[in-house]
Amino acid sequence: MDEKTDKTAGAARTQAGGKRKKTAAKKPATGKKPAGAAKPKKKAKPRPRAKDIARLAPCGVGQPRRGLIDDLPGGCRDEDCKFVTRGVDVFYGEKQAIFNVSLNIPDRAVTALIGPSGCGKSTFLRCLNRMNDIIDICRVSGDIRMDGEDIYAGDIDPVLLRARVGMVFQKPNPFPKSIYENVAYGPRIHGLARHRDELDEIVETALRRAALWDEVKDRLKAPGTGLSGGQQQRLCIARAIATKPEVILMDEPASALDPIATARIEELIHELKENFCIVIVTHSMQQAARVSDRTAFFHLGKLIEEGPTEQVFTNPRETMTQDYITGRFG
Amino acid sequence: MTTITMLAVLLLALFGYWFGYRPARKAELAAAGGRALHSRPVYHGLYVAAWVGIPSLLLVLVWLLAQGPVIDRLLLQTLPEQALAGLSDAQIRVLLSKIHTLAAGHALPGTPPEYVTQAADTLKRWRMIAGWAMLAGALAPGLMGLFWARLRIAPQFRARQRVERILDGLMLACAALAILTTLGIIVSLFFESLRFFAKVPLTEFLFGPRWEPQIAMRADQVAGQGAFGMIPVFTGTLLISAISLLFAVPIGLFSAIYLVEYASSRFRAVVKPVLEFLAGIPTVVYGFFAVVTIAPALKAWLHGLGISMAPNSALVAGLVMGIMLIPFISSLSDDALAAVPMALREGSIGLGATKAETIRKVLLPAALPGIMSGILLAASRAIGETMIVVMAAGIIAHLTLNPLEAVTTVTVQIVTLLIGDTAFDSPKTLAAFALGLVLFLVTLALNVLSMMITRRYREQYD
Repeated sequence: MDEKTDKTAGAARTQAGGKRKKTAAKKPATGKKPAGAAKPKKKAKPRPRAKDIARLAPCGVGQPRRGLIDDLPGGCRDEDCKFVTRGVDVFYGEKQAIFNVSLNIPDRAVTALIGPSGCGKSTFLRCLNRMNDIIDICRVSGDIRMDGEDIYAGDIDPVLLRARVGMVFQKPNPFPKSIYENVAYGPRIHGLARHRDELDEIVETALRRAALWDEVKDRLKAPGTGLSGGQQQRLCIARAIATKPEVILMDEPASALDPIATARIEELIHELKENFCIVIVTHSMQQAARVSDRTAFFHLGKLIEEGPTEQVFTNPRETMTQDYITGRFG
Repeated sequence: MTTITMLAVLLLALFGYWFGYRPARKAELAAAGGRALHSRPVYHGLYVAAWVGIPSLLLVLVWLLAQGPVIDRLLLQTLPEQALAGLSDAQIRVLLSKIHTLAAGHALPGTPPEYVTQAADTLKRWRMIAGWAMLAGALAPGLMGLFWARLRIAPQFRARQRVERILDGLMLACAALAILTTLGIIVSLFFESLRFFAKVPLTEFLFGPRWEPQIAMRADQVAGQGAFGMIPVFTGTLLISAISLLFAVPIGLFSAIYLVEYASSRFRAVVKPVLEFLAGIPTVVYGFFAVVTIAPALKAWLHGLGISMAPNSALVAGLVMGIMLIPFISSLSDDALAAVPMALREGSIGLGATKAETIRKVLLPAALPGIMSGILLAASRAIGETMIVVMAAGIIAHLTLNPLEAVTTVTVQIVTLLIGDTAFDSPKTLAAFALGLVLFLVTLALNVLSMMITRRYREQYD
């Protein structure tokens, strides 16, 4: 990668991040919800509840705190984590989809969210880059912090947040443009490249990291929709990487692919975790076991269990987790 | 009689359905769970019904086409020789129409000659006979088809394939009818235009700068020499269409984008039908609106600015036509935008694109074919629109590009050429066909152009 490009983008990010941190720090640690945000996203319930305050209060950068999960075996301490979420509730209209979820997500590691269909794992994932904002009837409450800042605070621009938290969807969704234009989309809208050469560089790097370069380097002008399903999904990953995010959210990225394409995606995830924080929703327990470092098990909108993948799969604390991973339900 | 015949054929076809369905259904029930029949009973019924209905209906159609001329010819032969002696074709037609009027029970002025009343009676009688003959003639092949089809029905008879083939044929016939009608229109336009170009040179028509079709009908009339240059008329059409599209395309497109991407579903539920309601207003009412409301207001406003505007002007007609076109563009663009998959929106927003960037870079290119077809439909409407122009822009051809002056359009000229007492072989009348032909070629070219644009963008974006 062009060093200059990297530095420019990084500098821009740090600057923006620093400004945000400052304003966030002025706020009370309880995490005030956006008052003047584009979409009203209000706390409907009287939260935080008394028993939650213990775990809500410690959140915030620089404060000594002990999250609820810290004392668990292999616990992920708040200050080591990319995301710290406390007491997250999500409502679709009147229906509550997520109940009081508190979960820590470590940086430079893969966290898998597993659980039966409709358990809210995708909904939770979409809270992390505020994709739920675009659904009118969706309301999110609770505390979600990324690098210590409340991403639902009023001064957070969800557009900038999504540039930092990329997303790959269940069905490959390349734009009806050329392969090159697909990857260049993010860098173009965020002005990451000043010259055509820089843009070429970014596109090539992203395609290489997505293990797609060798297959498409001779037909960058060909339409992205003409690729095979597995290639399309890798193109979408390249598209996400090209925006230089810190986090990549993957919503069942391999569920529409055949085993060989799936294996390539999993290999890719393994390589990407060196540089990114990856959160992956998956239906396949084998996949979770293969690619993730930590696993969180959701059921009916509640977080049942969270821990190092090996421990969750070999020695789960909850019988419900045990039942699910052994295939007794779900 | 025709109605009765049609009803009889329909009833016979229904009976044929039952006639084919019943035995098949029985066989199916008797097989008790096994597959005794190749096709479901419905297909057997439909097969018989088709054999009853289609030949009979075809026969009735041919009969109805032939009946009138045949009866007329026979009728003329019954008339006394001296009655027809020395009559021209046109006079014979007048005589026949007198007989028809009398047979229909209407009185003729004066006392008609004996042979005319007699002929009218004969006509009435023959018509009655022809009607019954048609009924019998229609039912005979129907019954034959009924029994023939019934004989072919057997457990292993492939009725489903036959019925599907018949349906294929019916659909082909419908498609062919549409195409043949279009071809017929083109051919008639073409030959009438040829007759026009025999009287007026093609070059004068295509490049002449004056349009003054008021030529003398009779020798004693005072009128101009007549000039048939289409340039001023086409300039008028293009000017008014351009004004209306300049007005309607941005407004229609932006309202579609607003409704699909920004409006709340409640607002959309109210506004979209109201917008489409605009398309239901008759163009006469729009013309009224243009003359009574827009023209005086615009004239007063421009007067205040020190600009004078003619009472009839291209600007007013174009603006009001633009209002009329908004629903065409917004409705089709709305559908095209709404049809872009949600996954593409999410993909773009998930990369940190704003809503506006998503619309500009992803949604509009993906929806372009639909939007283009909306604009094209609007353009065709603008070029073909007559009523608003007559009322708001006038009927006098001026060669001008100034939107504040009165102009006229091709369609308006076609109407003014064809109304009133005009012989069908004068250049004035025939000019209408030539104008129609050029208009047709222009819209055809527009269609081809939009197809090319759409295909080009498809290559780039799909």
